[in-house]
Amino acid sequence: MKTDRIFGVVVILVALALIASAYNLPAGNIFDKLGPKAFPIVIGTGLIISAVFVVLRPDAEPDWPEMRTIGALSIATVVLIAYAYALRPFGFLFPTAIAAGVLSYQISPRKVPAILTGIGLSIGLFVVFKYALGLGLVALPRALMG
Amino acid sequence: MDLFSNLALGFGIALSPFTLILAVVGCFLGTIIGALPGLGPSNGVAILIPITFSMGLDATAALVLLTSVYYGAMYGGRISSILLNIPGDEPAMMTTLDGYPMAKNGRAGDALVISGVASFVGALFATLALALVAPYLARIAYKFGPAEYFALYALAFATLGGMASNNQAKAALAAFIGLAIALIGLDNNAGFTRFTGGNLHLADGIDFLVAIVGLFAVAEVFVFIETHGKDTALGIKLGKVTVPWRDLWATKWTMLRSSFVGFIAGVLPGAGASLGSFMTYMMEKSIAGKDGGFGTGVSKGVAAPEAGNNAAAGGALVPMLTLGVPGSGTTAVLLAVLMTLNITPGPTLFRDRPDVVWGLIAALLIANFVLLVMNVPMVKIFVKILMVPPAVLLPGVTMISFVGIYSLSGSYFDLVLMILFGVVGWAFRKMDIPTVPVILGILLGYQMENNLRHAMTLSGGEWTYLFSSPIAAVLWIAAVLGFVAPMFLRRYLKKPQLIED
Repeated sequence: MKTDRIFGVVVILVALALIASAYNLPAGNIFDKLGPKAFPIVIGTGLIISAVFVVLRPDAEPDWPEMRTIGALSIATVVLIAYAYALRPFGFLFPTAIAAGVLSYQISPRKVPAILTGIGLSIGLFVVFKYALGLGLVALPRALMG
Repeated sequence: MDLFSNLALGFGIALSPFTLILAVVGCFLGTIIGALPGLGPSNGVAILIPITFSMGLDATAALVLLTSVYYGAMYGGRISSILLNIPGDEPAMMTTLDGYPMAKNGRAGDALVISGVASFVGALFATLALALVAPYLARIAYKFGPAEYFALYALAFATLGGMASNNQAKAALAAFIGLAIALIGLDNNAGFTRFTGGNLHLADGIDFLVAIVGLFAVAEVFVFIETHGKDTALGIKLGKVTVPWRDLWATKWTMLRSSFVGFIAGVLPGAGASLGSFMTYMMEKSIAGKDGGFGTGVSKGVAAPEAGNNAAAGGALVPMLTLGVPGSGTTAVLLAVLMTLNITPGPTLFRDRPDVVWGLIAALLIANFVLLVMNVPMVKIFVKILMVPPAVLLPGVTMISFVGIYSLSGSYFDLVLMILFGVVGWAFRKMDIPTVPVILGILLGYQMENNLRHAMTLSGGEWTYLFSSPIAAVLWIAAVLGFVAPMFLRRYLKKPQLIED
C-alpha cells in the first residue's frame, strides 16, 4: 500500500521533470519531423499514466525486512561501492579478499569460513582471470609494484 | 535444398576444433550455472558477457560460447528443481511440481534422466525448427518498415508485460522506466545530449550491460543476504543413476507434443520459456486426466515442462534473430550479446552474415548432443556442485560481475551504477515490479525512437501512418490483446505455487 503509493508519486514527479526538460529540446525539422523532444514526452506521459494506476490501486505492502537485515544490506552496498573505488589503486587481491569476505559473512555469519572464502575467491579468481582468460588485472597495490 | 547447403556452411564453421571446444566449455559452464540455485540462464549469461568480450573472441566464437551457456543453463535448471525444490530460474519452476515429489519417493536418478532426455528432445526439435522457420520469417521481415517495427516493439512490451507480472500497471511502469533510461545520453541524430543533468559520464548513455548485470546478478546477492541463503540444504540422497527405459518410452508422445507446443510458445514475442513450460505441463495434466497423478511425482510431469521449456528456449531465438525482438528475459540478454558484438539482428543478418547465423545453428545442434552426454551419464558431477554454499557462490558471482564490467569499461562510475541497479533490482523484486521489461526498454529504446522518428518523417508527421499497413494494424491489435487478455484469463490460468514440505 504505502510503498506503492510513495513510489508512484516519486515516479510521477520524475516524469514531470522529464517532460519539462524535454520541452526545452529543439523542435523537429523537415529531415527529422518529430525531433528529439516528442518521444521523451510520450514516455513521460506513459510513466505518469501507469504510475497513477499504481497509486490508485496499490498492491499489498511488501514484507520489508527488519532493521538488522536492512543494516546488513546497507553494509553490503557500502562495501561494494568502496570495492569499486579500491580496485584500481589497491590492485585486485586485497580489496577482493576483503569485499568477498564481508559479503560471505553477511550471507552466512560465521567468521572463519567467511575469511577463508574471501582469501580463496580472491586468489582463485585472480588465477582464472589473469592466466586462463588473459585479462589485464593488477595483483597488488600500485605503490608496492613500483 | 537451401537448408542443407546452409547447414553445410554452418557445420564448416562449427566443426573447427576451437569452436567445438568453446561449445563444450559453454555447455559445461551453462549446466553448472543452471544447476546452482539462484543462478539461471539470464543472470548466468549476463555475468559472462563482459568477460567474454574482454577475452577478445570474434563474433561467431563469442556467440557460440554464450548460446551454449544459454542452452546448458536451460538443461541444468532442472537439477536444482528436482533435488532442492528450488528452480534456478522461472522456466524451471514447473519441473519442481513433479520432479521434487519424484525425488522424495527415492526416484531422483530417474527424474534427472527423464528430464535430461526430455530437454534433449525439446532442444533438438526446436533447433531443427529454428533452422527451417527462421529463413522464412526473415523473408517476411523484409516487408517491415519503421511503422511495423514500432508496432512490433510495442507488441513485445505488451505481451511481456502481460505475462511477466500479476499487475499490469507495474509491468507497464517497468517498461516505461526502461525506455526512459534509454533516453539518457546522446540524441539519436541531432548530436547533442539529453537528460544527463550535465554529468559527463552519462553523455554516451547508460550501458545496457551495466544495467543487466546489476539487475540480474548483483540484485541476487542482496536477495541472498536478506534470506541468509537458508533454504538450500540438500536433503535428497541420489543413489546409482540408471536409465529408466520404460519411462522414457512411455513419455515419448508427451515429449514430442510438448516440444511442439513449447516451440510455438517460444516464437511468440514476449512469451518465452516460462510460458512454454507452463502450457505444456497444463496440457499434459489435462490429457492425463484425474488418474494421471500429476503433482505426485509422475514421469510425464517431469518430461512435459522440460521438453517444453527447452523447446521454447530454441523457439525464442527465432524472433530474436529474424526481427531483433527478444521473447524473454534471457533472449533479451542474448540480444545484448549481439548488440555488443555490433551484429544487428534482423532479416539482413541472414543475407549479410550467413556465417554467423548458420554457424550458430550448427553449434547449437552439436551443443545438444554434448549436453545430452553431460546431463545423463555425467549428471552426478553436477549434483556435487549443488553443495557449494551460497556464502561462497554469491560473493564469487559479485566479484565476477565487477571484474567483467571493470575490464570492459574501466570506469568507477559504471561499477557504482551497477551496484545501484542491484539495489533497485532487489527493491523492485520486493515490490513485485518485473525487471525484465526494464531491461527490454533499455535495449530497445533507441531503436524504438529511431523507427518512430523515421516513420513520422516518411509520413510528414501523420500519426495514422503508424497503423496504416495491414501488418502494423495486426501487430497493434495483438499488442492490445496480449496486454489486456491476461487480466481476464488470470482467474483461470492460476500458476501452481511451489509445493511446501
